[in-house]
Amino acid sequence: MRRRFIAAVAAAALSACGVASNEVTLLNASFDPTGDLYEEFNAAFSAQYRTPDGKTVSIGMSHGGSGKQTRSVIDGMPADVVTLALQRDIDQIAERTGKIPANWRGLLRHNSSPYTSTIVLLVRKGNPKAVHDWDDLARPGVSVVTPNPKTSGGARWNYLAAWAYADRKFGGDEARTGEFVGAIYRNAAKLDSGARGSTTTFSKQGTGDVLITWENEGYQLLLESSPGEFEMIYPSLSILAEPPVAVVAGNAERHGTLKVAQDYLLYLYSPEGQRIIAKNYFRPFDRTAANPEDLARFRDVEMVSVDDPLFGGWKAAQKKHFDADGVFDQIYKPAK
Amino acid sequence: MTPKAISKPPRANWRRRSVLPGFGLSLGYTIAYLSLVVLIPLAGLGISSASLGWNEFWAIAFDPRVAAALQLSFGAALLAAIVNTVFGVLIAWVLVRYRFPGRRWLDAAVDLPFALPTAVAGIALATLYAPNGVFGATLESVFGLKIGFSAIGVVFALIFVGLPFVVRTVQPVLEEIDRETEEVSATLGAGRWRTVTRVIMPGLLPAILTGFALSFARGVGEYGSVIFIANNLPFQSEIAPLLIVIKLDEHNYAGATAIATIMLVIAFVMLFVINLLQAWSRKWFGHD
Amino acid sequence: MTEAEKSVMATRRRQKQAVGEGPLTRAALIAVALAFLGIMLIAPLLVVFAEAFSRGAGVFFDALVAPHTMSALQLTLLVAAIAVPANLVFGIAAAWAITKFDFKGKAFLLTLIDLPFAVSPVVSGLIFVLLFGANSALGPWLDEMNIKILFAVPGIVIATIFITFPFIARELIPLMEQQGSSEEEAAVSLGAGGWRTFFLVTLPNVKWGLLYGVLLCNARAMGEFGAVSVVSGHIRGQTNTLPLHIEILYHDNKAAAAFAVASLLAMLALVTLAVKTVLEARFAGSLAAQRRH
Repeated sequence: MRRRFIAAVAAAALSACGVASNEVTLLNASFDPTGDLYEEFNAAFSAQYRTPDGKTVSIGMSHGGSGKQTRSVIDGMPADVVTLALQRDIDQIAERTGKIPANWRGLLRHNSSPYTSTIVLLVRKGNPKAVHDWDDLARPGVSVVTPNPKTSGGARWNYLAAWAYADRKFGGDEARTGEFVGAIYRNAAKLDSGARGSTTTFSKQGTGDVLITWENEGYQLLLESSPGEFEMIYPSLSILAEPPVAVVAGNAERHGTLKVAQDYLLYLYSPEGQRIIAKNYFRPFDRTAANPEDLARFRDVEMVSVDDPLFGGWKAAQKKHFDADGVFDQIYKPAK
Repeated sequence: MTPKAISKPPRANWRRRSVLPGFGLSLGYTIAYLSLVVLIPLAGLGISSASLGWNEFWAIAFDPRVAAALQLSFGAALLAAIVNTVFGVLIAWVLVRYRFPGRRWLDAAVDLPFALPTAVAGIALATLYAPNGVFGATLESVFGLKIGFSAIGVVFALIFVGLPFVVRTVQPVLEEIDRETEEVSATLGAGRWRTVTRVIMPGLLPAILTGFALSFARGVGEYGSVIFIANNLPFQSEIAPLLIVIKLDEHNYAGATAIATIMLVIAFVMLFVINLLQAWSRKWFGHD
Repeated sequence: MTEAEKSVMATRRRQKQAVGEGPLTRAALIAVALAFLGIMLIAPLLVVFAEAFSRGAGVFFDALVAPHTMSALQLTLLVAAIAVPANLVFGIAAAWAITKFDFKGKAFLLTLIDLPFAVSPVVSGLIFVLLFGANSALGPWLDEMNIKILFAVPGIVIATIFITFPFIARELIPLMEQQGSSEEEAAVSLGAGGWRTFFLVTLPNVKWGLLYGVLLCNARAMGEFGAVSVVSGHIRGQTNTLPLHIEILYHDNKAAAAFAVASLLAMLALVTLAVKTVLEARFAGSLAAQRRH
């Protein structure tokens, strides 16, 4: 019995690796709202790509909150590439495992972010709570849906966008800025672990007046819901979200997939990759490759960057706002 | 799953029992498998926790957010266990004492939470009690009561997972209760209510308490069904198991380990209490 | 009917009334029980099926035959096919040791067997992350030996075995305790060996209880969410079990598909309960009096 048990486990382990002789397998650990993007992109990549010895590539996907994915890769998930929501998460993998070189941001163009996005607001039909900008989210009686910044990358962009707005509104008065952002989060109806969960909470379960989410996620929802059911609102100030990608060299070298993994990420920068990116509501940097109809959807909105002096880059922003006992942790502390 | 009564055989039985072979093999295998699957992994948690040191451990345990999550997990489990005790005893009573069409189906339905995966229960409950769900919309418009995405939602999920424990613990004891005492009580002029509360309930008490404790123990650790229906806000409806997941995803292994250790110790205590209850039941009422 | 008979009947009726509730109370109690079970248990079950077909049968069947559903189903079956037999062998060994022999520390052993039941599924997952994760003491060695446990099938299997560990033992122990050892002792005294005694005497006596234990263990193994979620890595087509796949579909704005897959597991639950009901009706004596999980 035991021997058979061990044999079965071993067989299962082998089959889980999915190593077929005429096929190379890549594993891409990605954040929540990229499901449709990578489904289309992977199919396009696999269709045209052959390894030097003529093998095809099949790509496995794992999606989850960016923080959760980071934790999994640190704990040993054998991802060949990571395509996460923000730089800090890939930095964490680099620092804690050494499987990604510290200079990873310089290895691909545009700080290794082949696409960008921004943060928008979604409201219900007719905008019953008259939500037009961040101010309205801090009002009493407005119920907000946003994921948990502790586990979701998108949620951290949401938070920083609100912070940037409040910082400008209060002329850099940090106490009042913190109070403003705290008011928004105290209006939260549900904190899901990832952006996708929040979308479901807002759309399927009729919870909340406003959803703070990725621009791409917002368009996705507009597409999937009946026309007019939801409306998208661009706030007066948002943030330039740069979701980065990197090869997990430590894993890929071991799997013998380093070259494939690099080519896979480079394909994101190709005209075809950029076209697919724009089609799936992420902002491409190569606008010439994209379909003009896809581009027409993206509205111009003033955006701050996490590298602005206000935040001083992801490392500082993470430490100040999201680490244990950071500013975010103070929000829900009951008043003493 | 509870410690089930193992009646201690009289001394004379000891030798007679030992004529059967396989003691070494079966006990050896039991202990080896138990160690491999349960004890060694749990010991790993203990070691990780011990490496934190007392100061760090207590700092995490008394962090207000952790305390709030533990309080919610225990409070909601307690409330759900109370509701389940009331209705569980009632359902057991109806199933044992009355004959009506569909009784067998009702009896079968009680086990549903044992067989239905928690994630399935979670999305079903969230759909029912969401503000736009069948029950959620009605309750909110009629009573102004918000169940989905609130702490009450946690209680509802725990009622679902915990109900069978009470029914299935009380039911067999109720079946065995000697009805003659009831008849005697009635003949002596006691009213029905008096007979039920003074004659029947005391005999059921150990089983009721055991069912309550089981429902409570299951509720404290429940995760799958709760996360879909709770709004997961810190200090509001963030349960302790969810906080473990969040700490883990923040790469805060120390925090996750400390909360897990607290929950594990409490699980031990719960099992101990359940054991005591059943020993008590055996001693006083001859059944368990 | 003679007067005497009538009088006896009347007395019986009175007696019956004296030890039972009045018809009104009775009806009210049944109504409350029905309402509570209907609202708390049956309604969620109905919602699963209603939502599964809310977008029509086409969406329902498409969701079931989708490649990711099929691979999740395969994985779930594989995990159950390993976890259930492993715990079956353990359950039989534990029940034999505990019910056929008397030894010191038996109560403590029983408490230890129960432990996984009281441990939160999330904690169960966490202990394996702490044990096998890349940052654990074992991690570097496992990595060197190229043994994959976390974020692969073995991790899911191990977490499932842990969660379902007590189920079969707990079904068998009370049953075998209740039946005593006299039949086995007779068999042994007539010269039968241990295995022969077990297969020809013990097993036939407990087979229905055992079957129910296996069914419950299987339902839990196929439905486990919390522990598996912590160790799986959610790799689509590779480490997604059915419950994890349901969560993904649900969050991917594909509620109908999520409920379609959920209805598969709900069907499994219904079959489990139906088999139990049938077994109980036919073999009332050979099922344990108490069932807890």
